[in-house]
Amino acid sequence: MNTHDTWLDATVLAVRDLTPTVREFQLQYPQAVHADPGAHIDVQVMANGQPDSRSYSVVRCEGANATIAVKHVPSSRGGSRYMWSLAQGARLKATAPASDLAPVYGSARYLLIAGGIGITPLLSVARALAGSGADVRMAYAVRTEAELAYLAELQELLGNRLRVFVSARNQRIDIPGEIAALADTDQLYLCGPMGLMEAVRTHWFAAGRASSRLRYETFGSSGRYPAADFTVRLPRLGLEIQVPAEQSMLDALTEAGVAMVSNCRRGECGLCAVDVLATDGTADHRDVFFTREQHAQGGKICTCVSRMAQGSITIEPPWRGDPDLAQTDVLAS
Amino acid sequence: MTSTPRPTFPLNAWYVAAWDAEVGRTLLARSICGQQMVLYRKQDGQAVALADACWHRLVPLSLGTLVGDGVRCGYHGMHFNADGRCTHMPSQETINPSACVRSFPVVERHRFVWVWPGDPALADPAKVPSLPWMDDADWAGDGSMVEVKADYRLILDNLMDLTHETYVHGSSIGNEALAEAPFDAVHGETTATVRRWVLGEEAPAFWGAQLGKPGPVDRWQIIHFKAPATILLDVGVAPAGSGAPQGDRSQGVGMWVIHIPTPSTEKTSYYFWCHLRNYRVREQRITREVLQAARGILLEDETIIEAQQRAMDANPGREFYNLNIDAGSLWARRLIDGMVDKELSGAQQPAVVPREAVGA
Repeated sequence: MNTHDTWLDATVLAVRDLTPTVREFQLQYPQAVHADPGAHIDVQVMANGQPDSRSYSVVRCEGANATIAVKHVPSSRGGSRYMWSLAQGARLKATAPASDLAPVYGSARYLLIAGGIGITPLLSVARALAGSGADVRMAYAVRTEAELAYLAELQELLGNRLRVFVSARNQRIDIPGEIAALADTDQLYLCGPMGLMEAVRTHWFAAGRASSRLRYETFGSSGRYPAADFTVRLPRLGLEIQVPAEQSMLDALTEAGVAMVSNCRRGECGLCAVDVLATDGTADHRDVFFTREQHAQGGKICTCVSRMAQGSITIEPPWRGDPDLAQTDVLAS
Repeated sequence: MTSTPRPTFPLNAWYVAAWDAEVGRTLLARSICGQQMVLYRKQDGQAVALADACWHRLVPLSLGTLVGDGVRCGYHGMHFNADGRCTHMPSQETINPSACVRSFPVVERHRFVWVWPGDPALADPAKVPSLPWMDDADWAGDGSMVEVKADYRLILDNLMDLTHETYVHGSSIGNEALAEAPFDAVHGETTATVRRWVLGEEAPAFWGAQLGKPGPVDRWQIIHFKAPATILLDVGVAPAGSGAPQGDRSQGVGMWVIHIPTPSTEKTSYYFWCHLRNYRVREQRITREVLQAARGILLEDETIIEAQQRAMDANPGREFYNLNIDAGSLWARRLIDGMVDKELSGAQQPAVVPREAVGA
């Protein structure tokens, strides 16, 4: 269900601005496509002159048309800048929709917590759950009122079960209170910036809730600090690599010839994690693979999404050279 | 871009995956409508159907172990709960939020475990076909399941025209009178019905024995199809002239014969069947005898239908010719086609589902 690696030719049918920073792109595929609730597509983009791919949530899908919403993030790695350069008629390569967030039906109540652009995967989840007759509520947090994408549709869908929190007006979601109001068998669906995600996850587990009833989607694109340039040192390889703000550590390492394995590229699978020898500055862990405690210990870092807020980091690459099999203490070398 | 062949079955429907007694505290692998599923019961007895492929490396979960209410993969120990959510991953402290296997809606009703292979949001338990005789003490009997190497629609064709009884089952339930009796074929939004009465003729061997009275009989054969894959046969005999055609069946013997061929793949089926009678209901011996007789009759059908499937495969592109007697099967296929069309056009709207009724 999570493999969808066939690139299809899509055309931008229409472009629409939802907020000053969120733009909708209606894409036409060469064939009918189906999107389960919470689905995303991968799109081939040019980021900083390099071909790359990005995932965007599907907000609507009908026949051969799928609509995605893209937030323009000036400090990002360049994907959104590329998407925003596309006008009606532009052609691009995209995968068919796939969902890792399709709801499990059958709970008495569902709480959806959305932060900012995190509304995009939860919109179709809300639509599906409401359509199934479930009791679905949403807490939708944004910084300013101007950022409230899809407000009208959500109001129509959820009525007074939608609550909006505008941080510029000092409105905050009472996360422990929201969790306490849920029964053990209810479910929570979550998508938003790293700080919100981590706060909800921390309170969820502190309340002794089952991990299987907390569903969330991470884009790995936000952290506690804005992305900045930093330095990676690999003494074993004698390398010192500059990672620009718009590039991931994983890509910078790979570009410099350091052999790496990775899979999800959004901080879930842990394959790209490396040992940290030292840091000079603050690490901005943006993955969900490690626990908060592991982040605090700082022994490892997921290179696909996490980075240094500033300064430098010294790591061990996966490369250790071929072992001398006559020597038994291989791990120490 | 490859053109997808037209599906032979709709996915948004309830299908029988197993008899109630087949599902227990073990892992049962079934392929329903081309989807590999693993079925089991939770500790409270509730039946569960999960996709039978581990999220991690696709190894069938049915080769793993039932642990509590969930399944542990037999390869690397990934654990999935009854909702299909991963609850344990080896060698790490967190769980990948994407890790899950599909959980199929399940309803247990009328002694069958029904699954919904399509969009779970549309899985309305009210759409499970009604089979009240399965739960009624006035009706006794039992059934079984046989795997048939043929398109489930060939089994439906077979049942929608019982003329074949004369030729396939001549020694038990068929005779010449049946093949020559008039019938009519009618339909509704989700059903097709073929009605046939044979009046004042000698009973075939099986029915004569069940009735236990000499002399000519009035025989009824009413075939109800409920799309996409349920057939209910209302069949029986009564002494000729005792009023059965007018609605008084009290002098006769009757059966509801349930036939549910669930598509496993495009060319294989699980054929569930059951014979329920309203006479001598407390005699277990009759249950056994009818079951044995039915097995023999079903084997005759299976032989013909599998041979037909092989002949179709050997003659690709050859279309069927249809006769007057095929009206029932044509109505059944039209209803199935309508459901498939609706799915292909994406016109299906979610039903409002009572929450507590859907397996969770």
